[in-house]
Amino acid sequence: MGEKYWISDKPLVIQEVVDLVTRRNAGAINTFIGTVREFTKGKRTLYLEYEAYKAMAEKKLEEIGEEIKEKWPDAETAIVHRVGRLDITDIAVVIAVSTPHRADSYEASRYAIERIKEIVPIWKKEHWEDGEQWIGDQKETTYGIPAKGDA
Amino acid sequence: MNQILFFAGLREQAGEESIELDMNGRSIGELKETLSSRYAIDKVKESMAAVNEEFVQDEEIVKDGDTIAFIPPVSGG
Repeated sequence: MGEKYWISDKPLVIQEVVDLVTRRNAGAINTFIGTVREFTKGKRTLYLEYEAYKAMAEKKLEEIGEEIKEKWPDAETAIVHRVGRLDITDIAVVIAVSTPHRADSYEASRYAIERIKEIVPIWKKEHWEDGEQWIGDQKETTYGIPAKGDA
Repeated sequence: MNQILFFAGLREQAGEESIELDMNGRSIGELKETLSSRYAIDKVKESMAAVNEEFVQDEEIVKDGDTIAFIPPVSGG
């Protein structure tokens, strides 16, 4: 670890992520915790498997942190995403953003999760009672390089 | 020589996590063509590509030693 953006194959500890952005001039710390949902459109998930291109994923998470810094210069961000097998209710991602005032922390946190879904090379495979499938919910519909954050 | 990485559904289609090919001086588009016609890995056509961990377009020219990764639609979060 040591850095503020990483991929982990161990259960995530929310407090560790929060601690990375805790500081005296913050008046707000917003945490987003993404968890494994049992039912999607009526279909029951048994468990998920996440896979990452680790080196690039960590780099892209850090890039999201830099984009946040450009938009909200006073924000501090930390993000961890889990890989491997995750059961229902397990934590897949933790984002913590601290800012002097609360409004920015909400917005920056939302921005981080939306960007993760666009540019970070992480994939999930859904396992159901009757099968399995890699899911792609990349919002990028035009083929090519994902747009920059300010596009 | 170039290392070519596959992930998720693409890795399953390829049956390998990575292969080695010499693509020096050729484009990512040509590599996609080669992988889909010669190796029957046609999902590369729906994937983004990254060279040395940065997204690139099909026109990008590969240099010796570059690591090329194919990134199928992502689903993190």
